Amino acid sequence: MTQETIAQIMQDIFRDIFDQPSLVITRETSAKDIEDWDSLSHVNIVVAAEKAFKVTFALGELKSLNNVGDMYDLIQKKLSHA
Amino acid sequence: MIDPLRYPFDASAILLKKKAIKRTLLDTDRSFLEKRVAILGGSTTAEIRDTLELFLLKEGIKPAFYESEYNKFYEDVMFDNPKLLSFKPDIVYIHTTTANLHAFPSVGETLESVEKRVRDEVDKYQAMWNKLSQLFNCAIIQNNFELPPYRPLANSDSWRTYGKTFFIYQLNGEWSRQARERKNFYINDIHYLSALLGLKHWHDRKQWYSYKYALSYDAIPTLAHNIASLIKSIYGKNKKVLVLDLDNTLWGGEIGENGPAGIEIGKETPLAEAHTEFQDYARELRRLGVLLAVCSKNDEGAAKEGFSHPDSVLTLEDFSAFKANWQTKPENLEAIAQELNVGLDSCVFVDDNPAERELVSKQLPSIETPEIGGDVTDYVNILDRSHYFEPLDLSEEDLKRSAFYAENSKRENLQKQFASYNDYLASLEMEAEIGDFSPVYLDRITQLINKTNQFNLTTKRYTYAEVEAMSRQSDRFSCLYGRLKDKFGDNGLVSVIIGRMQEKQMHVDVWLMSCRVLQRNMEQAMFHVLLEEARRRSATELVGSYHKTPKNGMVSDFYQRLGWKYKSTNAAGDSEWRWTVNTDTPLTKSLPITIVRASLQTK
Repeated sequence: MTQETIAQIMQDIFRDIFDQPSLVITRETSAKDIEDWDSLSHVNIVVAAEKAFKVTFALGELKSLNNVGDMYDLIQKKLSHA
Repeated sequence: MIDPLRYPFDASAILLKKKAIKRTLLDTDRSFLEKRVAILGGSTTAEIRDTLELFLLKEGIKPAFYESEYNKFYEDVMFDNPKLLSFKPDIVYIHTTTANLHAFPSVGETLESVEKRVRDEVDKYQAMWNKLSQLFNCAIIQNNFELPPYRPLANSDSWRTYGKTFFIYQLNGEWSRQARERKNFYINDIHYLSALLGLKHWHDRKQWYSYKYALSYDAIPTLAHNIASLIKSIYGKNKKVLVLDLDNTLWGGEIGENGPAGIEIGKETPLAEAHTEFQDYARELRRLGVLLAVCSKNDEGAAKEGFSHPDSVLTLEDFSAFKANWQTKPENLEAIAQELNVGLDSCVFVDDNPAERELVSKQLPSIETPEIGGDVTDYVNILDRSHYFEPLDLSEEDLKRSAFYAENSKRENLQKQFASYNDYLASLEMEAEIGDFSPVYLDRITQLINKTNQFNLTTKRYTYAEVEAMSRQSDRFSCLYGRLKDKFGDNGLVSVIIGRMQEKQMHVDVWLMSCRVLQRNMEQAMFHVLLEEARRRSATELVGSYHKTPKNGMVSDFYQRLGWKYKSTNAAGDSEWRWTVNTDTPLTKSLPITIVRASLQTK
């Protein structure tokens, strides 16, 4: 799966979860850029991504994520090893 | 659109669209019942709170939440967290799970020692429940325990004295005992829910280690729906009537085409057996106080013949309303609701025909029309999991309800034989027992206060504990119940008035009556005793108010009809009325009811 496809799917997830239909996220977007991005919505994003891409993140894998781009990379890595 | 909040719940849609769903639920002109819900968690509860909010909004309840800090459920209560104290919850939900059990037995422990552990747990929780009841008079919803994710003892875990499974069985047994003995205390049965979903879907160790959720994300809607079902039942928002189609719903095949011998019911074929199970289920609901009705496109004579089939579980007497004709289903459903004196939103309609369901959902959106599909083996499953009728405090009245309606049809037949309605009333030989609230009636009184929608002047809702507290303060409150019987039978406890003394005025905070006894002059009998009470307490004036709701239009001019003096009306349509005790006289002089004043309770 390409980064573009992953980005597209993730953008839809963000738009749903934050209920902002025109929200635009980039690789650099992080929690400080979205007002409602609290610990609860963070978990929801992770769970939604796991469902959407049919992957599971191992314990500790999410610790090193600093922004949305890191998450794309992790998802892409998981999908290529699947 | 498929409703993700309807069974089977769509966990993914709820997760993603939570905010949009909430927006849609709030964006209506319906009025919400506002309640304060404290969630005391032994694990993370944020997503549970959000999901519970959706299910409550769907039931017409708008919650304000308090959430304990992570795993501070016990400390919040026992050490008087000021935030909880000032929140003053109506409902406390205690979300504890097997993850909160630290004192599991160790290998080799004796039964005696394990029983001691069970007692210790019970004592700890009991102290918390007692304190909550004392502080807030609130309803308590308490999880029982799910089975553990792992069991090194494998099969023997369920029977060895030191097995974790065995320990949880003992605890859950104790929890059940508590639920039978305590008032205003309800078990949220996660032991069943986790079995329903399967433990491997319920437990999610990664969610536990990462975020301290004691269950998987996918299980949260099932949990939240279960809690919301209890809460809506506490506040009288259960459905009351199950309306059933006939052909391919209650039996297989078409009665009009094939006659009673040609329909599938009984034990002869798989299809017949499945329909029998569905009839059994409906009959069990009826025994619990749910009213059954038929709504079918059929010739009435043919339709009734179906119940003469020797294997039919249900008989004609089981139905409180029976509409088999060629009118549209929405027309018949409206007629049924009217006949039974219930709102359309108290009805659940089951029909195998998707076109009929579609028509009813479109034309009568307030009727609950579950998507039950066309396979009878799914019907019970969907009805059962949807908790439309969640029975909580089953009163005598619930168990007898269907009989009341049967007696009513006898009364209607009698009515036809009399020249005037007054002659008819006189012939009923009615006797009203009116008295102060006594403990044996508190369950029924609380139930009426929380579920009566139509003949209800103020629609004020109170919990069991609040009702009990008022009944104890006889200096401040005049708490009257009324029972009505006649020559056809006992209608049970059907009316409640709560008057609150404020200096020389008595404020009528609650005045309600079951629609079962409309137009029987019972309200006049209650008024008569209320006036006696007012005089006995030397009240100079009665203050009555009508608080308008979407359902209580039938009593908007109630005080006027009784002859009270009009005081004022506000913008919302609420009106105030007065009665001067010494000078005003009741419009009705003679009543067709003998009033028996139940002796005052020894306080």
